[in-house]
Amino acid sequence: MFRATLKSLLARKVRLILSGLAVVLGVMFVSGAFVLTDTLGRSFDSVFADGFSEIDVNVAAKPKVQVNEMEGEQTVAPLPAALVDRVKQVPGAASATGVVNADGARVIGSNGKVVTSFGPPQLGENWTGESELLKLREGRAPQAEDEIVINKALATAAKVQVGQKVGVLTAFESKKRDFTLVGVFGYSGDRDSIGGVNEVFFTTPVAQRLMLGEPDVFSSITVQAAGGVSDEKLRDDVARTLGADFEVKTGEQVAADASASLKEGLSFFNKILLGFAAVALLVGTFLILNTFSIIVAQRTRELALMRAIGASGRQIIGSVVLEAIAVGLIASVLGLAAGIGVGALLAFLFGKLAGGLTLAGIGVPAAAVIGSFAVGLVITVVAALLPALRASRIPPIAAMQDVATPDRPLTKITVAGSLVTGVGAVLLFLGLSGNAGGQTLSTILGGVLFAFIGVALLTPLISRPVVSLLGAIFSWSVPGQLGRLNSGRNPRRTAITAAALMVGIALVTGVTVILDSAKGSISALAQDTIKAELVIAGQQGGPRPPTFDPGVLDQAKALPGVRLVDGEYGDMGRIDGEGTWVAASSDIASLRQIFGAKPTAGDIDRLGPTQMLASSDTATSRGWSVGSTVNVQLTRGEARTYTISGIYESSQLTNPVTLPVTAAKDFAIPQPIQGFIQLDPGTRVSDVQPQVEALLADSPEVSVADRDAFIKQQTSSLDGLLTMIQILLALAIVIAVLGIINTLALSVLERTRELGLLRAIGLRRSQTMGMITVEAVVISVFGALLGVVVGTGLGAAVVEALKDEGITDLILPWGQMGVFLGLAAIIGVVAAVLPAVRAARINVLGAIAHD
Amino acid sequence: MTATVGQQAQAAARANDVWKVYGSGEAQVIALRGVSAEFERGRFTAIMGPSGSGKSTLMHCLAGLDSVTRGTVSIGETTVTGLGDAGLTKLRRDKVGFIFQQFNLLPTLTAKENILLPLSIAGRKPDPAWYDTVIETVGLKDRLDHRPAQLSGGQQQRVACARALVSRPEVIFADEPTGNLDSRSGAEVLNFLRNSVREHGQTIVMVTHDPTAAAYADRVVFLADGEIVSELIEPTAETVLDTMKKLDTPAEVGN
Repeated sequence: MFRATLKSLLARKVRLILSGLAVVLGVMFVSGAFVLTDTLGRSFDSVFADGFSEIDVNVAAKPKVQVNEMEGEQTVAPLPAALVDRVKQVPGAASATGVVNADGARVIGSNGKVVTSFGPPQLGENWTGESELLKLREGRAPQAEDEIVINKALATAAKVQVGQKVGVLTAFESKKRDFTLVGVFGYSGDRDSIGGVNEVFFTTPVAQRLMLGEPDVFSSITVQAAGGVSDEKLRDDVARTLGADFEVKTGEQVAADASASLKEGLSFFNKILLGFAAVALLVGTFLILNTFSIIVAQRTRELALMRAIGASGRQIIGSVVLEAIAVGLIASVLGLAAGIGVGALLAFLFGKLAGGLTLAGIGVPAAAVIGSFAVGLVITVVAALLPALRASRIPPIAAMQDVATPDRPLTKITVAGSLVTGVGAVLLFLGLSGNAGGQTLSTILGGVLFAFIGVALLTPLISRPVVSLLGAIFSWSVPGQLGRLNSGRNPRRTAITAAALMVGIALVTGVTVILDSAKGSISALAQDTIKAELVIAGQQGGPRPPTFDPGVLDQAKALPGVRLVDGEYGDMGRIDGEGTWVAASSDIASLRQIFGAKPTAGDIDRLGPTQMLASSDTATSRGWSVGSTVNVQLTRGEARTYTISGIYESSQLTNPVTLPVTAAKDFAIPQPIQGFIQLDPGTRVSDVQPQVEALLADSPEVSVADRDAFIKQQTSSLDGLLTMIQILLALAIVIAVLGIINTLALSVLERTRELGLLRAIGLRRSQTMGMITVEAVVISVFGALLGVVVGTGLGAAVVEALKDEGITDLILPWGQMGVFLGLAAIIGVVAAVLPAVRAARINVLGAIAHD
Repeated sequence: MTATVGQQAQAAARANDVWKVYGSGEAQVIALRGVSAEFERGRFTAIMGPSGSGKSTLMHCLAGLDSVTRGTVSIGETTVTGLGDAGLTKLRRDKVGFIFQQFNLLPTLTAKENILLPLSIAGRKPDPAWYDTVIETVGLKDRLDHRPAQLSGGQQQRVACARALVSRPEVIFADEPTGNLDSRSGAEVLNFLRNSVREHGQTIVMVTHDPTAAAYADRVVFLADGEIVSELIEPTAETVLDTMKKLDTPAEVGN
């Protein structure tokens, strides 16, 4: 029996390759995700281990506001310079060096644009001399106030040479300042950077002033142990001397912590990739289910014979499942291998993008292997169970006669489909209305999954009229008419094939509906609310938002025709111990007018140095009212007490709380991020814009745009997100295309005799191909149509649920939907090519004699 | 007319007042009308009749492939009627062998693997002496490693015969075994079936409409319109043909 199964499997390799390919692609996604994140994780480990290798013990202030990797770089408060001497006194410390090391040193390249990094920080540091690790390649160390040294990779990217004047923006100065580049350094092992980090070294006083905002402070102190003193002992001694206000760690610990926080981000990334793998595998499941169903149908006589000569129903199930296990195993192995390749490729691209991250060797983590085999095997076997069950019900008598497979009624499947769709709808409703009790995301995902399966089960019923209607477009010609009839011939098979395509298209459509609606709603709100003709802002490339010189705000205010100017600052702060996004405004009265803010309590037109405004939502949820006092801890400085002096009405565009502009110097980014300019009535935008532009000459990260351009710029990040999701979902669609090819190829095989007959009575080759193509196009357009409808439904449901979050307009992407349908028609034509060629090549005589 | 039966020895298969009705209302077709028959152990019985006479239905019911509307069927000591799927599976495994008109070999397996398939499904080892005997008798010794596609029709049917014989079933049902063969290959297969009855005591029930094939049997039972209408012992092609002609005539008059 075992042998018979394996032999029959080998004889059908071609048929199984396509369904196996679906599993391979899904598994590839899974293993690729694991390999990529593992490789990057180990690369970061080694980068950090290297970067901190020369530090025995590191002293830093405890972070005042903890931010995670998703929210940006951690900024720690500075340490007083006097602490260095205290550390030096600790027995066992050979030396202690004060280090300035902060994100936000941006070099302006020879093209006048800021050199950006996609992820790694842009550090501004104080020069403390060369080391084993860090060596000057050219020039000398910075000695004067206006001298800097940068790393080789940054010099290359900025296209600057030693001796040239180079403009730099710093954490505390977003106005360009010119320095002379006096040296370029690199790292041991001929590396131009460590992990793509851009570094600028100043003299110590300059670094303190520009990167930390005050003299005589350091970011951290690095301590070298005297001979014979272990890092751990020194750490404990230093910690005891300094007390509990400081974080004292060994170099190894610092490296591990830095790496761990990055890996948190990586694991989030990993989950997203696995989510897309799940979609691909769901589609793959449909494909496998279909393939096995067709194979079982084709083997009816063979399976009946097995039954007639004594095989039990269980043995038949076993043989089909065994076949599935074999396919699953092979596909898992191939998928794993392909995933390793894809993971390595992506890691390579990531390393390049991140500016030369030195990759650790590609490794295959156990999770990739286990995940690949578990997923590959389980999916294949689950998908084959239904066909296996059907196979076991084949009566042995089918071996004796041509039992026409009766057209089973669709009642059962329709009832089941309605039930499952119902369950999906209930789950979606619960999840979207926020009644899922903390399981919102999983409830929604479960609802979507059930909805897909339910609709797939209902598809056979829907397919009859819809396919017939779609096919009517082609029925003017005989091949078209035949193709139309063929596509309606086996509603279940057509349905599953179309359902596989539906899943991908529905998800893309749903996401498009949601994002377009969000974009539309936000744009509409911004258009209604923001009463500023000009906006100063920049395109955010890395984790740090672009900033500009606050002096520009005053200069702009003085321009003729300018009525109001407001500059906006933002940061994560802790208010009464809870992490909260805080904003500061350069001119609170202008802010109120430009954003048309409405007070719900107190006064929102002015703000004293210890006063604070809150949005109505925040005030309600935190239980604040005018007169409440709160404790605010910002990234730098001591915690301060503020009194709530006014509450404004919440909208999508309001910040939770607004602090006076004096607080902004303690923000992680103490420079304005956006500026809003309202003009006097009757002033032409085109008159003022060039003047503001001129003011921004030394703030190359930002530009001034009119309001519509600004809104477009702000919502453009959603477009990027949409494109990324579409690319990832494209894989699901590719798998669905494989499904169509598979179904058609098997249908052609099944109908060999019939095709031969048609050719014998005069159907031309081209007509045969036309017939197959029509069948494919009808199936794929049907699938896309289903997907567009289901996706619109899902998207609309989510948009409805997000009404309270400010997504008020439901915007249906008609153009996109049209594109999907057109694309589906093309997909159909492409999928039909191979089966059509095969059908056209059928040997007429052989086909008629074919048994 | 019911029941004409050979009374000797013990019956390998027995039908007792078997009715088979398909469909209902106007579409109702009565395929068998109270057929009772016994098929003795160690004999070669042919069931004959014009198309639509119910001969295939009778065989399917006897083999437990199809259920009966009324009446009972038994094979050896086992009452087939009323058995569930597990019981029927066991019956097919242990007591029944089949030979089909279209050979029904698995194209992916070699001749040898095809022959041993029923035993391997049942998880049994072949009796080596009996296996050799069967291979010897069907004359396939040098063809065992060939696939069905590399064998002629006659050879394929002999593989199918060997497959039925190798598990030594209580009874072998053969459904038009020569229907797809030329006369020479057909004669070979029939000779081989007759020999297995004479030399090894196998019981065979064969459905056919070919008088020449029926003449190889020890006994022929004639069916018409779902009833047993006649019977011949030690038939020859001529006597079978004559009986068939007699059966056809009233039907033609009836038309």
